[in-house]
Amino acid sequence: MHFIALRMLTGDRAKYLGLISTIAFASFLLANQVSIFAGIIKRTASQIVDVVDADLWVMDPATEYIDEVKPLKETDLLRVRGVVDVAWAVRLFKSLPRITAPDGRLRQAILLGLDDATLIGAPHGKLRLGRLEDLREPDAILIDYAGYRYFWPDGELTLDRTLEMNDRRVKIVGIVDASAPFATFPVVFSRYSQAVLFVGRERNQMSFVLAKAAAGVESAALAERISQTTGLTALTGDAWAWRTMQYYLQNTGIPVNFGITIGIALIVGIVVMGQTFYLFTIENLKQIGALKAIGVADRTLVGMILLQALTVGVIGYSIGMGICATFFEITKHNLPTRGLVLLPEAFIGVAGVVFAIVIVASLLSIRRVLVLEPALVFRG
Amino acid sequence: MNTLNLAGSARALTKTFQSATTVHALRGVDLDICDGEMTMLVGPSGCGKTTLLCVIAGLLEKTAGDVQMLGQRVADQSARERVAFRRQHVGFVFQQFNLLPALTAAENVAVPLIAAGRKRAAAVKQGMALLARLGMAERAGALPKELSGGQQQRVALARAVIHQPSLIICDEPTSALDAVTGQQVMQLLTEVSMREDRAVVVVTHDSRIFGFADTIAHMEDGRVERVVPHGAPARRAVPQA
Repeated sequence: MHFIALRMLTGDRAKYLGLISTIAFASFLLANQVSIFAGIIKRTASQIVDVVDADLWVMDPATEYIDEVKPLKETDLLRVRGVVDVAWAVRLFKSLPRITAPDGRLRQAILLGLDDATLIGAPHGKLRLGRLEDLREPDAILIDYAGYRYFWPDGELTLDRTLEMNDRRVKIVGIVDASAPFATFPVVFSRYSQAVLFVGRERNQMSFVLAKAAAGVESAALAERISQTTGLTALTGDAWAWRTMQYYLQNTGIPVNFGITIGIALIVGIVVMGQTFYLFTIENLKQIGALKAIGVADRTLVGMILLQALTVGVIGYSIGMGICATFFEITKHNLPTRGLVLLPEAFIGVAGVVFAIVIVASLLSIRRVLVLEPALVFRG
Repeated sequence: MNTLNLAGSARALTKTFQSATTVHALRGVDLDICDGEMTMLVGPSGCGKTTLLCVIAGLLEKTAGDVQMLGQRVADQSARERVAFRRQHVGFVFQQFNLLPALTAAENVAVPLIAAGRKRAAAVKQGMALLARLGMAERAGALPKELSGGQQQRVALARAVIHQPSLIICDEPTSALDAVTGQQVMQLLTEVSMREDRAVVVVTHDSRIFGFADTIAHMEDGRVERVVPHGAPARRAVPQA
């Protein structure tokens, strides 16, 4: 009976296409919004994620997330270094200076000051142009590609160009592909000793201590030990990134905004598909009644309805995800949307949601068919 | 004197529909249906013809009384048993044909076979062969909307007999057709469905086809008022299968 179900479905071309469009739209919207939401939230932790050579981040207990930092004392670095199983610990400075280009373009930037001796925290493997070692030159900075393009939108990438950072001249010695930050500020790297000079001096300057666990020592256990020993907060990179993301999830309207869109996609999917599919069933009641009279069992009819719904679901989902993948393929080359990708989790999760939509939408039709009296076909 | 076997019978059969008001559709029907005969149920609208047809065919449950068809107490069976009974033993011809619009004529004919578990290709092939017998070989691939009323009823007729049922139920088979086409369809019904081991029950208002009946049961107000042997004079003129 499967081919009969499919022929009945495709026979009503308008409703068939309407059902597929509904599911395609819902799938696209769900996958798109979930992926963008996750990408944006992940951006809040981009500077944490980009640090690949340290296991642990140590910070003042008052620091809740990476964009709001209470500086540490210089002695805190020594205290961390003194904890057993800490292989090394170095400074990291983070601030938001103002950058001005020669033509007057101005932008707030994220400045990361790296340990002068080791340059720990540099974006290893992400250098597009220049050399990391050149950071040791006077006034040298690395700038991310998006930031560079903000100041110089066109033309070849060129090193040794100068900018003004809080009234101080800086020279670009490298261009990096840093992960996109939450606020679309340029990301700039310099040596620690130089970075602290770019911003107004405070009694304490050090934002974080980056530390490495000794070989064979588990990072989480060491973080716990550092916290207990120093009274500071020590977290693994992953835990710190997650804490930062949680801050934004709990303290901004981002989840609500995306949640509304995702909710609309769900409602549109369930209501429109349910209604259209139900109408499709109602219009075929005479034929379904004839099948019942002929001796087609209820179980078979339910199977036919589910097959019709699942067919619509699979085709609609495939189209929706195809559109979504195309969307991200196109937008990944744009600087403002870089790093936003179709998540595999969204790919799988939306399949589950579409399956649920299809089942829920089928229930009304199934109920209608189950209660249908086959004698209906004898009524004119 | 009737020497044919009894295909089924109804005794003191009643059927009551409970809704906002209680409707007594059948009020103690007694009727015998014989193999090899065409029995016509006639009477005014609302007299219970279709309800009786539905109970006999296992589409509706009885309220009281007894119904036996083909050796089975159909009205006492479970819903699942009645579905199997209809699938195996009953062929239907509906007033509005009720063909599936998305299927071709041959596929429509094949539906009872497919419902019984036959492979699609084999079933459709058998459907095409039957349509060819009915003079519709060239229209076997047409959709119902591409067929005339008479052609659609022929397809419905083929669908009713393709699985060799022992009972054929026809509800107003000619009411949607003109007089000439109606006669042709009845002749065809006679050709393809009349067999010694098969009973045909026809509900009709159409007095022009009474000549095809062996027996006419006149119903009124939920009862069979009289059963008249008719001798099927119109059928004697056509060859029987």
